[in-house]
Formats: sequence, C-alpha cells, structure tokens
Amino acid sequence: MTELLSGTAKAAPSTRQSPPQGLHRRKKPFKGAAVNFLYLPAVILMAAFTVYPLIAGIGISFTNWNGYSAARDIVGIENYLRLVEDEIFRTALLNTFIYGVGSTVIQQILGLAIAVALDRKMRGRSAARAIIYLPVLVSPVIMGTMYYLLFQYNNGAFNDIVVGLGGERVAWLSDANTSIFIIVAVNSLQFVGISMIIYLAGLQSIPGMYYEASTLDGATKAQQFMHITVPLLQPAFATSIVLNLIGGLKLFDVIQVMTGGGPGYATQSVSTLIGKTYFDNQSAGYSAAMGVVLFLIIVVFTLILNTLLNRRRLEA
Amino acid sequence: MITHEDRSVTKKNRPVAVVIGVALILMALLQLLPFYVTLTTALKDRTDLSSQWILPFNNLFFENFAIAIESGNILQSIGNSALITLVSTALTCLIGALAAYPLARRRTAFNKAVMFLIVGLIMIPPLSILVPLYTLLSDLGALNTYWGAILVMIASHLPLSVFLYAAFMRTIPLSLEEAATIDGAGILQVFFRVVFPLLKPVTATVAILTGVGIWNEYALSVFILREPEMQTIAPSIAAFFSAQSNNFGAAAAASLMAVLPVLVAYLFLQKWFMKGMVAGSDR
Repeated sequence: MTELLSGTAKAAPSTRQSPPQGLHRRKKPFKGAAVNFLYLPAVILMAAFTVYPLIAGIGISFTNWNGYSAARDIVGIENYLRLVEDEIFRTALLNTFIYGVGSTVIQQILGLAIAVALDRKMRGRSAARAIIYLPVLVSPVIMGTMYYLLFQYNNGAFNDIVVGLGGERVAWLSDANTSIFIIVAVNSLQFVGISMIIYLAGLQSIPGMYYEASTLDGATKAQQFMHITVPLLQPAFATSIVLNLIGGLKLFDVIQVMTGGGPGYATQSVSTLIGKTYFDNQSAGYSAAMGVVLFLIIVVFTLILNTLLNRRRLEA
Repeated sequence: MITHEDRSVTKKNRPVAVVIGVALILMALLQLLPFYVTLTTALKDRTDLSSQWILPFNNLFFENFAIAIESGNILQSIGNSALITLVSTALTCLIGALAAYPLARRRTAFNKAVMFLIVGLIMIPPLSILVPLYTLLSDLGALNTYWGAILVMIASHLPLSVFLYAAFMRTIPLSLEEAATIDGAGILQVFFRVVFPLLKPVTATVAILTGVGIWNEYALSVFILREPEMQTIAPSIAAFFSAQSNNFGAAAAASLMAVLPVLVAYLFLQKWFMKGMVAGSDR
C-alpha cells in the first residue's frame, strides 16, 4: 500500500546536515520568510470562501435578517432561544444524531468484518474489494435515486418480493418509522467501502509474526483477534470512526432525493432544514443559527472522539 | 509491501472459508443491486410493468435515454460538470502544492498554526456556511457563473489537498532543493523544476479525490448554480428526478449517464483510486 502517504509513513530521514566546512555558506532554500508567499493564494481563497462565511454566519445568526432585504435588526440570542423551543429543529437534531451514530456503528461492524474476510489470499479478492468500494464513487444524490427505485411503492423491486410472498405493499419511504432507517442503511452501504479500505490497510500493517508467536503459545483465533488485531487497529478505528461520523452528521443529499425530509419533517437532518429555512421560509438569521449549531456539533464530536480514541495528532 | 505471511486457506478451515466466500459474494451482490435495478428500469418503457428484477431481453427500450437527453438537459449538465471539475481540480492541485511547500519546509510556529487551521477546515459542513456564502456570491455577482462555482469548489477542496501534499513533501530529502539553491535557483524555480516533478504520485491521489468529489458535489452546487443551463450533474439529476416522478425509466437512464464517466475512470485507474482512498482517509 502507500506507506508514504498512509499513517505508517516513516519520518523522513533527517537530511539537515551542515554543508562541509570551507564551502561558502550560501542561503538555504527556505531560510527567509519570503517562501511563505507561496501559500498566499490558498489562504486567500479559503479565507474568502470558507473562513469569512463561517464568521459572517455567526454575525447573521444574531439578526432577524430575511436573506434579501436591506433591513436587519440585531436580536441577540433570540434565534438560539427559538431553536431550543423548536419542535421541528429538535426532530432534525435527533435525526442528525441517528444518521451520524447509526451509520458509524453499521459501517464499523460491516467494514471491519469485510476487511477481515478479505485479508486472506483467495480468488476474486480484488474484484470483491472493488465492487464493495464502488458506491463510494457515486454521487449520493444518484445513489439515493437508485435506491428510491428499489423502495418505491408501486413497482419497486422490494415490494415485488413482498407482493410475491403474498403480503401487502409496504410504504417504505412515506412511513417515518421505516424511512429514517432506510436512509441510515443507504448511507452506510454507500460508504462502507471507506471503512473497509481503512481497516484493510490497518490489517496489512500488522506484522505476521505476532500471529505466529501467539499460535505457538496456543492462542485461539478469537483470542488473537481480541488481543492482537483490535489493539493494533487503534489508529484505523480512530480514523474510520471520525470520518464516518462527520459524514453522517453532515447528511444532506440522500435525504433530499429519497424523502425530501418528509413525511412532514420526520426525516429532516439539520443540513436539510438549513436549506429549507433559508430558501423556503426566508429566515436567513434563523437558518444561520442552525448552521452555527451544526458546525459546533461536528467540532465537539470530533474533539471528543479524538480525545477518547487517543488519536495520533497529525503533525501540523 | 507484504508484512504478514499469506494466511491462505488450509484444509482444516475449508468450511469457514466457504462461509466467508459466500458472505462476501452476497455483500458484493447487495452493492451491485441498485445499479442492476437502475439498469433494468432504464431499459423498459414506462408502460412495461414487469418486475424490476427482470432484464427485458427481447425488446430493449432506449427511448428513456433520449428523453433524459432532450428534456433533462443531461448532456449540458455533464458538460458543465466536466468544465468545472477539470478546471477546479487542476487549480486545486497547483494551489495546494504551492501552499504545502512552505508549510512542509519552513516549519516555524506560525506556519504550524496555519497548517493546523487549514486542516481544521476539513470539518466544516457545507450547509453550515450556506447563508453567508450565498450572500457573498450574490454580492460578487458570482451566482450562476462558472467562475463562482470554480472558486468555491477550489476553496472547499484545498484543505485536504494541502494536507496530502505537505505530508508527502516531508518525505522528500532536502538535498536536491539545497543543491538547486546553491546553483542560484530562486524559490519558484526550485519548486517547479525540482519539487513538483517529484510529486506525481501524490498529485494523482489529490486529483482523483478532488475530481470525484467535485463531479459528485451537490450540497453547494445546487444553490450556487440554479439556472437550468448552468446546473452540474448531481443537482440536475435531482431536479430531473423530481420532475419525472411518474417516469422512473427516464430518471434511471439519466442516473446511469451521470455515473458512467466515473465508472470508466474507476475501471482504468482502480489501483490509484484505492491508494488515494487510503491516503485521503488518513487525516
């Protein structure tokens, strides 16, 4: 695999030797601060289109602005107080956690199982890996459209089976109790390839001699898994869980095409509600407050997980 | 790199291997199921109510693709996506590599702080900055323009690009750059003549991750490019799908056309895709 790029990267051998004495000490390539101007284009772009909107959004969230007129009054934390009271927002918030946590749990279990299964020599191994990973490359909007065809009421592939077995057609997507879990399942299956790849790379980096030594000591397969594989996959667990959780908490595209947040508001996530509040209800201030809350949720979750999972801090 | 010996199937655990093999085949079939059903749906007339599980072998119906092209603006959207993806990806690679160079090589406290902040931007959900970003683009006159979409795409994909380039650059020995400097080359010459050619593997990774990401992007594009003739492929499919809610065949055909370019790239560059994913996921 890519030792250079993945977590197993070894620190570059230090090549900072002073030049042999007697030579002129010329300028080293990056002694001066002048080299820093190379990151100006990137920093300007990110400042303009990411950082500034983030800060401006906090400002807008303290106003009652509607999004298009010149009039806007500062209303302090009114929008945030309204969020606490808002039944619809509470539903969206709960759903967001269901999408985030639900997908993450399914993806870890499935992803690790698939990776362990694929971590052996067998025919068709690379084909299986390629196929299971394939949906990652499809836009979630299109994935949602495809799954909609499977779940649709009248002529969908799943209701075909239900009717074929003599049952009544199921309203998969217009029933709140099933649609929310279908969205979790679709998102989990679409991105299970990411966890699979991370765990596969993690398994590849465990030295085989650990298993050999423990076999000689009479350890069972289950003991090996619990005491060698799981502890040594720690960095892979951390990476995969954080990535999947952020992905699940941000969920937007799939919901838009599969249920549109319905029935009613039953499957809205905070992301879909932000779009709706801004464009349909013209409440820019209120929508911006939701955006700030969503951002904070993701930051807090990431920080908590990083601490819990004792992740190697990336070298900044 | 093979670090563990081949744990191949021995006679003793043959039944286990069979169970695992069957489970993997089922998993792969499950992942292919939506594609298969989309294909059967796309190849049937809307009056054909046979099951989606069955391919219409004798009378394939290609009208749905024609409907998608004519009424769904699909070709125009694919063109828009291709333009925005190519330009944004190329610039994300170039600007990202340039930015990573001082961050990887001149690691002052200030530069470390800059790097830390850039990586932190990966966390920002697109929808959380929707209101101010939309307002900003509207003030700049950038809504429904290619350049507006391109700038936003570059900015949102730069953090990962900078991070990957910097991680790779730290593995390149300094001696070449030092030698070039002693020969009197300036910073830009050193970067373009010495460093950039060494970055080919990581450039492939960044290009694939960024390219697929932008091709599939929906959350921001759907708001930035709202005019039908400016729409990119993902928002276009979503719009077409809700407009054609009674004609699943056409929606299925449009979906297949949108997926096809990525599938073709994946078939030819599979090794790079896998490598790139591992690199991209190790944040």
